[in-house]
Amino acid sequence: MSAGAKRVEQLDRVVIRFAGDSGDGMQLTGDRFTSETAQLGNDISTLPNFPAEIRAPAGTLPGVSSFQVHFADYDILTPGDSPNVLVAMNPAALKANLADLPSGADIIVNTDEFTKRNLAKVGYAASPLEDGSLSDYAVHPVALTSMTVGALAELGVAKKDGERAKNMFALGLLSWMYSRPFESTLRFLETKFAKRPDLVAANKAAFQAGWNFGETTESFTVRYEVKPARMKPGTYRNITGNQALALGLVAASVRSKLPLFLGAYPITPASDILHELSKHKKFGITTVQAEDEIAAIGAAVGASYGGALGVTTTSGPGVALKGETISLAIALELPLVIVDVQRAGPSTGMPTKTEQADLNMALFGRHGEAPLAVIAPKSPSDCFHAAIEAARIALKYRTPVILLSDNYVANGSEPWLLPSADELPDISVEFTTEPNGEDGRFLPYLRDPETMARPWAIPGTAGLEHRIGGLEKADKTGDISYDPANHEHMVRTRAARIEAIPVPDVEVEDADENARVLVLGWGSTYGPIGAACRALRQRGLPIAQAHLRHLAPLPANLGEVLAAYDKVVIPEMNLGQLAHVIRAKYLVDAVPFNQVSGLPFTAATLENMLEDVVKNG
Amino acid sequence: MASPTIPLTPVNLTAKDFKSDQEVRWCPGCGDYSILAAMQRFMPELGIPRENIVFVSGIGCSSRFPYYMNTYGMHSIHGRAPAIATGLSVSRPDLSVWVVTGDGDALSIGGNHLIHALRRNVNLKILLFNNRIYGLTKGQYSPTSELGKITKSTPAGSADSPFNPISLALGAEATFVARTIDSDAKHLQSVMRAAAQHEGSAFVEIYQNCNIFNDGAFELIKDSTTREDHLIRLEQGEPITFGADKQFSVTHPAGSFGLKVEEGGQALVHDATVDDPAYAFALSRLSGSDLGTTPIGVFRNVQRPSYDELITKQLVDAKATAEGTPEQMLDGLLNKADTWTIL
Repeated sequence: MSAGAKRVEQLDRVVIRFAGDSGDGMQLTGDRFTSETAQLGNDISTLPNFPAEIRAPAGTLPGVSSFQVHFADYDILTPGDSPNVLVAMNPAALKANLADLPSGADIIVNTDEFTKRNLAKVGYAASPLEDGSLSDYAVHPVALTSMTVGALAELGVAKKDGERAKNMFALGLLSWMYSRPFESTLRFLETKFAKRPDLVAANKAAFQAGWNFGETTESFTVRYEVKPARMKPGTYRNITGNQALALGLVAASVRSKLPLFLGAYPITPASDILHELSKHKKFGITTVQAEDEIAAIGAAVGASYGGALGVTTTSGPGVALKGETISLAIALELPLVIVDVQRAGPSTGMPTKTEQADLNMALFGRHGEAPLAVIAPKSPSDCFHAAIEAARIALKYRTPVILLSDNYVANGSEPWLLPSADELPDISVEFTTEPNGEDGRFLPYLRDPETMARPWAIPGTAGLEHRIGGLEKADKTGDISYDPANHEHMVRTRAARIEAIPVPDVEVEDADENARVLVLGWGSTYGPIGAACRALRQRGLPIAQAHLRHLAPLPANLGEVLAAYDKVVIPEMNLGQLAHVIRAKYLVDAVPFNQVSGLPFTAATLENMLEDVVKNG
Repeated sequence: MASPTIPLTPVNLTAKDFKSDQEVRWCPGCGDYSILAAMQRFMPELGIPRENIVFVSGIGCSSRFPYYMNTYGMHSIHGRAPAIATGLSVSRPDLSVWVVTGDGDALSIGGNHLIHALRRNVNLKILLFNNRIYGLTKGQYSPTSELGKITKSTPAGSADSPFNPISLALGAEATFVARTIDSDAKHLQSVMRAAAQHEGSAFVEIYQNCNIFNDGAFELIKDSTTREDHLIRLEQGEPITFGADKQFSVTHPAGSFGLKVEEGGQALVHDATVDDPAYAFALSRLSGSDLGTTPIGVFRNVQRPSYDELITKQLVDAKATAEGTPEQMLDGLLNKADTWTIL
């Protein structure tokens, strides 16, 4: 594969969306393109978008699956608002994505799929390739399927297998167009189809045919290059939030020197964490796929009681079911990490779409006064560090911690500067092995004066046999107590000890230090909020950004930060749950800005909204 | 005795060593007292250090049990004890984990966890105190109450058909299933002994009298004037006969799926180790709500690998492939992807 002789144009950033039927392999194509792009050193952000149905009827709008990748020669924060290039493998993919394209965008269509029948399936009376309706765009008609089948025929590949390799033809073409290195894809194919040398050959040939087609056809006159971004030196990999979160839990186990125990029940979009952790048994990790969400957290509590790092992973509906057991863990004062990969609700809602609407549930959704710590990662790679932080707090302060991820960070990806294991925080804690009371008595609820944590004395420790439970416990002894004054003391102590967990101050990004408007976010909105703020500053409009990682307890300096601005705007993918907390706690007239479409904010949406606030107050 | 992964104590313990400093607070006359006393007397026999024994319970009168045992213990939430105990047992093979539960806790709110613990064959000893009533909530019918039972919540009689806990456990393919009675300390201890020796889930139903809300529920098989004609004692390797003069036999009529009680007849010889659960199931069907002919003893006692054993083996096998320090392994894992380096 040579570089060819076509004109080469430099770009600083590109957004490509691969779209096709859910059986067309678009997620894989996107993944491979991303990996090639990462090798080149561009900064990247990706966003898959797929239906909840495993295989919706072929060729229909509900069956469209897409993968968007944004890459640039500078650091970027989002997967991009609108694609510069759409690869549409069928009419449904074109129709489902056209509205997101700016005029002038490139559209590469697989003309073989634009049959009368397929057009009719999505309600096209005439082919949009012929009726002039795409005149605002640069359309590149490519007979992807038939050219793939043709290229593979000489290898003796059956037509059906040839058709299945058309995504590799598309990948080859796009890899040529954007001058991507392809060695990793060839290696990947060799591993993926290791047991089927015929498929390795077929997919490689399809990839090469796509590449060669780009080089020779007159339909593509320009090749593009995007130079590597200036990124911090080090070794990187591309990673999704769910992968990072799972690896963060492995790291937490290593750095706490405790065996990790995961109790989980499969649920979209959290199941990938269960899949990933179940692969790492050599780290001493036990994963139990429980009979239901309640058993999953119950088993994790049991393991924590026994001295493991107990974790349960789920999404909103699962957290609702786990509520009673979370309250038990609060009463028992045992370490526990509850991961909620939020999705659009209520009820089943839209399982593959994103939302931040479980914040209220995380903060308040339990019976009784049941405080715990809540943490939210801001990006896919941040899930790694947030998981370690959640485990650290759980272990040190003997409390359940809810880690609020969401579908956007869970399935999105970005380059991750790999940390060295030795440099990760040491989060180990000591089990109690000696009596702590007079006359050799053991007092399971006698607290450490610094952390207010009670001793963690695990079964198997001679002389410290004791009983704990959900009934109110007498201070220090842990005996059952109905004493009014004791209950008052214990309720207030449980609240105070969570409130006293030291968390880092919230930092404010205000490049020119003259902003009057502060935009406050939490969790996965960091990317689009950051991109919007950058755009405004570039246009000379001052704006300050603060982003919360710790939602309970809140950073000690937050009140002061909020008070320093004339206006505080809080964008959230819910109906104002953080805004509600901020208004109640700090008496600040914060302005909520809300979107509950199941999609992440675009930077442009936030830029427009914030521009209005900055200019008009 | 017990599991090879659980250590043994060099000291001889006594019943007193298993009494906690907590005041026992069941109603005077409750059957739970005799079960607790029998358990405290039996425990030293196990030879397991107290610190390696854990009692986990849910909610209900019986679930106060852990507070009174001087071992480790957790009084958890309604119905969830088998799930919590599963996490504990799987992650700590060195512990002897006992679940104490009741008919409401195990069969109503916690029914799902019970059947899944049993089908997995988690190494738990599950003691179900069945008094056929909700005691702690003051007298509503339970999932083992008789059809037509008049209680506070069923003034016109319950319309629910009851569970037969033994049949249910066998349906979940429990490997050890037994029944005993609170007032028969000797029998109770013999059943606990067999349960403790079993590797995997051991399910023991204990008929327990609630003298406040359902007094005399099991009188037919307790009263010395009636029990001989109604109580069937299952003994391994012995013909299944009962009655004052052993005049009744449990037989297997030709061509029938089930078993039958006959006067005279060819008595079956009891064998709890029969692999097919159909035999034990047929035994469990001899008694209904009326306790007419009620077997006690070990219905089923078969071996298959415990969940704990299988999970532990996977961990051990995987760990055998580990190389380097945990930190080095972690670095290896983080780098196991397409990586690139920026200089």
